[in-house]
Amino acid sequence: MAEINNRKISDLISEFPFLTSFFSDNGFEISGKEELTLSEYLAQFDEDEIEDKAIDIDNVAFQINEFIKQMIAFLGKEDDVVQTVTILPGYDKSGVAEDFEKLVIEQGQIICIVGPTGSGKSRLLGDIEWVAQGDTPTGRSVLINGEIPDKKWRFSSADKLVAQLSQNMNFVMDLSVYEFVELHAESRMVQNRDQVIEKIINKANSLAGEVFTPDTPITSLSGGQSRALMIADTAILSKSPIILIDEIENAGIDRKKALSLLLSEDKIVLMATHDPVLALMGDRRIVIKNGGIYKVIDTTDEERKILSTLEKMDRTLLAYRTKLRQGEIITKIDNT
Amino acid sequence: MNLVTISGPPSSGKTSVILKTIVSLKKQGLKVAVAKFDCLYTDDDVLYKKAGIPVRKGLSGALCPDHYFVSNVEEITNWALKNEFDILISESAGLCNRCSPYIKGIKAVCVIDNLSGINTPKKIGPMLKTADIVVITKGDIVSQAEREVFASRVNTVNPSAIIMHINGLTGQGSFELSTLLYEEALNIDSLKGMELRFPMPAALCSYCLGETRIGESYQMGNVRKMKVED
Repeated sequence: MAEINNRKISDLISEFPFLTSFFSDNGFEISGKEELTLSEYLAQFDEDEIEDKAIDIDNVAFQINEFIKQMIAFLGKEDDVVQTVTILPGYDKSGVAEDFEKLVIEQGQIICIVGPTGSGKSRLLGDIEWVAQGDTPTGRSVLINGEIPDKKWRFSSADKLVAQLSQNMNFVMDLSVYEFVELHAESRMVQNRDQVIEKIINKANSLAGEVFTPDTPITSLSGGQSRALMIADTAILSKSPIILIDEIENAGIDRKKALSLLLSEDKIVLMATHDPVLALMGDRRIVIKNGGIYKVIDTTDEERKILSTLEKMDRTLLAYRTKLRQGEIITKIDNT
Repeated sequence: MNLVTISGPPSSGKTSVILKTIVSLKKQGLKVAVAKFDCLYTDDDVLYKKAGIPVRKGLSGALCPDHYFVSNVEEITNWALKNEFDILISESAGLCNRCSPYIKGIKAVCVIDNLSGINTPKKIGPMLKTADIVVITKGDIVSQAEREVFASRVNTVNPSAIIMHINGLTGQGSFELSTLLYEEALNIDSLKGMELRFPMPAALCSYCLGETRIGESYQMGNVRKMKVED
């Protein structure tokens, strides 16, 4: 810490460029002061300023040190590859042991979660997110790559195991699509930012029916476009290896393409859904009952065949929806 | 007994987070009480009572609520000690984003919400920057990207805090918070001699004393003028 205090600000910034955001977000004006050491810089504030700006002088070097440590860990490491997540059984709400030996979920798989509202889907997800070690209400344990996981999955804000895409999410910021994705890329410290942003917008457009441009305000995107942008952005920019999806409404977005985009980015997809078309797209489905995992079903070959029939029905329905939208009158059921 | 101070801007979801977290604390066999501080009005005490949680409330009225908090925290702690609770949770709203009621050696939790805007972490003072745990709420209604950006901004202003997401409606995440609140090592039997983590702002001008008239001749004490350029 003493070391940081005695270094010039310009020095610190050239070695750790990310400190610029630390200084600006904490309200430290440093332009013109770069040649001062940190302690000289802090010594300039008189008592009034310290009180006015609510600066915790004694704590600044400690927080900078902490920030540098985190950022180095964040930038320096290879992305942690999460190849498998293993769930070891616990108990349901009545204390009955869950009837499976272990459940291994692999990268590139889609696992559906089905069960009535309140059955314990959120708790299962909570167990994964908190990498439970027998210390949650269900008594389940979660392993990553077959091993007891690092504590950072619980506590580091940069290493979250699960990213969530849910039905009722909105954009609340007043930004254009480009600015929005840029902001996210910035917070993820992405290097080739322009390319990544372009890729995300293109992908989103390939998922949504109607095309939007980079300068469209995010708040004026249609429902389908918003979902497409959220999915493309999460697939490409979020570092979380597991994506949880809470239903994908069947409107204005190509759901099959959306799922394959997530899988192509090496994600594990957990999907809470009761839509048969989505549920049967999964490799397996977990049935939750009374707070516990009641059954794990591998999608059967027969179900896959049925899926293609269901998809056809789905398309037929969609076609009628389009017709209605365009003001047409429906005259006969077209069974082709 | 442990004292835990929880604070955060109005409507950020403090009460919901506390109510859900107490459910888990009780399951761990801990006896929990709440001290609710607010300014003009609160009916949160009714919510706590309904949930069977012993509660005391304090309304600061014409006083700054955080100053009021510090002046009363010892009494409220003594009440909780006398009743042999394991944890006393104090809940107070940081109304001007500047103050913070946190005490050295006492666990401090700040609750803020995703809807408050991406620049909010920059605007909140010691209440956010000196907290041990930052709870972010209302994540269920914004996009994943906004959640990630918001959390990373919180991390920039308070790198040493543990940052968690809690859904105040469903309670998702509150079990996890409950495991971080009680620590035997942080037991206290009095607050006497303890210190605030950060001084409260200075404010003593004629308006603090009830002046209502506008105009320089009515202004006395700690008055400062902004520079308004032509």
